[in-house]
Amino acid sequence: MKKPKKAKTTKTKTSSRVEQKKRAVLSTLKSLGEQLYSQLSQKQWPSVRMPSRSIANIHYDQNTRQYVLGDRFVKRSARNIRHIRPLTQLVWTGSFVDELAREGKTSTLRDVFYSAQAYDMSFADQAESDDIITDLETVLEHAREDFNVFPEERSAIFGDLTIEYTVPGYEGRKLNLASHPDGMMIGPALTNAEFAECKANKIIAIEKGGLFTRFIEERVHEKYKALLIHTAGQAPRATRALIRRMSQELGLPVYIFCDADPWGMHIANVIISGSANAAHLRELNTPDAKWAGVYASDIVDYKLPSDPLTDLDIKRLYELQKDPRYDGKLWKREIDAFLKVKRKSEQEAFSRYGLAFIVDKYLPARLKQLG
Amino acid sequence: MSLQEVFQEISAADFFYRNRDIAGFTNPTRAIYSTIRELVENSLDAAETRQIPPDIYVRVSHESGATDGPGTYRIRIEDNGIGIPHDIIPSAFGQVLFGSKYKLRQTRGTFGLGGKMAILYGQITTHSQATIMSSTGPTKIHEYQLTIDIQKNKPIILKHKTHPNEARWHGTVIDFQTEADYTRAMPKILDYLQQTAIVAPYANITYVDPRGRLYRFERATEQMPKAPQETLPHPYGVDVETMKRLIELTKERTMLGFMKTHFHRVGRTIATGFLQQVGLAPRKNPKKLTPEEIVQIVTAMKSYKFLAPDASCLSPLGEELLEAGITKELSPEFVTAYQRKPSAYAGFPFIVEVGIAYGGKIEPQGGIRLYRFANKIPLLFDEASDVSWKVVNTEMDWRHYKASPDMPIAVFVHICSTKVPYKTVGKEFIADRPDVEREVLNAVREVARRLSLFLSKKIHMAHDRHRLDVFQKYLPKVAEFSTKLAQKAESPDVAPLLKSVLKHEKAEESEDDQDENVE
Repeated sequence: MKKPKKAKTTKTKTSSRVEQKKRAVLSTLKSLGEQLYSQLSQKQWPSVRMPSRSIANIHYDQNTRQYVLGDRFVKRSARNIRHIRPLTQLVWTGSFVDELAREGKTSTLRDVFYSAQAYDMSFADQAESDDIITDLETVLEHAREDFNVFPEERSAIFGDLTIEYTVPGYEGRKLNLASHPDGMMIGPALTNAEFAECKANKIIAIEKGGLFTRFIEERVHEKYKALLIHTAGQAPRATRALIRRMSQELGLPVYIFCDADPWGMHIANVIISGSANAAHLRELNTPDAKWAGVYASDIVDYKLPSDPLTDLDIKRLYELQKDPRYDGKLWKREIDAFLKVKRKSEQEAFSRYGLAFIVDKYLPARLKQLG
Repeated sequence: MSLQEVFQEISAADFFYRNRDIAGFTNPTRAIYSTIRELVENSLDAAETRQIPPDIYVRVSHESGATDGPGTYRIRIEDNGIGIPHDIIPSAFGQVLFGSKYKLRQTRGTFGLGGKMAILYGQITTHSQATIMSSTGPTKIHEYQLTIDIQKNKPIILKHKTHPNEARWHGTVIDFQTEADYTRAMPKILDYLQQTAIVAPYANITYVDPRGRLYRFERATEQMPKAPQETLPHPYGVDVETMKRLIELTKERTMLGFMKTHFHRVGRTIATGFLQQVGLAPRKNPKKLTPEEIVQIVTAMKSYKFLAPDASCLSPLGEELLEAGITKELSPEFVTAYQRKPSAYAGFPFIVEVGIAYGGKIEPQGGIRLYRFANKIPLLFDEASDVSWKVVNTEMDWRHYKASPDMPIAVFVHICSTKVPYKTVGKEFIADRPDVEREVLNAVREVARRLSLFLSKKIHMAHDRHRLDVFQKYLPKVAEFSTKLAQKAESPDVAPLLKSVLKHEKAEESEDDQDENVE
């Protein structure tokens, strides 16, 4: 008798968060349909207005510490021969994801591309269909993950967090994310799950899969009470959204470990400040997350094995210097350091001091340093 | 061998036999083509002279020998022309250069030899006689079987009989055998017949080939151009030989009378002025001119200011008929024809007519297809040496007229003149004389301008159609999916919006274009 009762309470709690979002998405979709429908009924050319995503309209917002869209708008009108096709694709995609959301199913970008063909709505290529998804995100002001369209790439999470599923067939079921030593895949089910119980007190995001496994083997999750996230390179948006949710809902600080080169540094930066590509979306970035290395200065301080920076690396560093997201003291200092030492190192470089060094020596020192 | 034999005078028939290349009888392939061509042209002329819409039947049948090389073939041609007076028939067909022409007229026959050369060639190659049947319309039809005595240039009549002519038939039938390489000549013969049909849209031409296949080129109109009139030679175009012949034929006793009677647009005043300039007494007897004086007159004629030749003697096809001919054979999407005003070169009047056509049976061939005609004869050989080819391919900038080489475009150039300025004795291409070239260029430009209007309209219409297609494809889908999204039962009607698509045109095109997402 106890168990069902407990399950019931959790379920109500679940509805409050994930159902809420789902309902919001569905009602936005419906009002999009209603808008076009009423235009057509009044013998007007249907059109949709949305913020322009052209470079000129993307600004860095100091308050939210991310890129946002300015006040320029574009109109997609069926009256314009160049717009009618993308507009039709937009409405079709809308009705496609509406169905997905209703049935609690998920889809990938690739799926959308192929499904369109069944409706004689073929997209020229994947890029075109991805573009329409981005339009739909802009119009609905929801990330595609909210309407159940996920990218192919998946990253992973490991640690002492118990989640509760909301996806059909698994409603109410729970899982501890430390149950599988390879980590748990961050897919649609996990993204839509509620956080039931968390014993960790920090989140550590790691760029490389090898190091993620090392951290699990070295029991970093126990030693440091950490949730480990493998970003698998540039973190997918679902992962970035999850980090933000965990940081906010569970109140956990976030530390990001990447390779010591401009590209690794940017992986950390995108988790913190978001990307220009997603300027039309909110709640994907975690402004308070901290870049925890590997720094350029670490290459010198720890005498890490290193390679010279390539011309491309250096060009990238000069670009980052001008990027408003790199405005902070730490970023500036490290970019200068890179340009000074002209070398880069991978996270694995710490192995020269033994496999446990990074966990036993480097990590505690850095965490202490960052507070 | 006596001296007499060496300097033996050769007859006209003998001369042409020995020089048959000039007349287009070089080899069995070319010979059959020239034979058909000469006979068809004679028949057309015979009908047109009296405004009779021509009905021409040609049959070529295999008699003996090879079919994949030179063999013996039998030619039969029937027309409904004016016919030939029965007493002249033997000479008309059995004597080369019979009936000296001292007047000029726009005719098809390129040499004035016409069928004679064809019959001569047939006789030489197959040793057989020709059968000629003709009537000018009275109660009798005369039939002759004859051969040509080559050395004496005389007809030998083998048989002559008459048939009753109750139907008052007029026309000519020629039937004879000749050596031919038909298989190799076939494509050109068919081209020739089709192009003749283009330039004579008022003619019915029926052709039965050696395999019994029937080709029928049906007339599209009964309307015919006015018949060409005979005209006197213009002083500018007279050479010493013509002058000698005129002097021999003339009945005039004074130079003044001679000038007035035998030359185009020469009256009393002009004749007097001219004779004064040359220093000849107006009353001098032309028969007593010395060879030196004849040369002097001919030379002086080139520079004296005579009146320009009058083109009334020419028989152009006319814009309407040229369009009708092109339409009936090629059924193009667009056709137009343009006739220039008469002009003259070296004392010979000429008129240029040009047509242009797009689409239909014209195939794109990587360039403009050119059809050339002179005095209503198709010219099929040596195209690249012709003045029209030069104009169409080197002097016209077709892009300027929105035309491109991959389009199905054909240009038709017809030059008619009392003396077509052929470049060589082969008479297959026209010289690029500046006067002629200018007229052709101006005419081609005019029709090209009309074509470019058509092409812009076509592009415009294709654009409109494309617009409508796009809206027709997508707008119903917008309605369908938004109905689904809005959870409504019935789709809104998009027909009124679609109807307005073509009306509004481009008005809104530029309005919302500042968009385009850059990521």
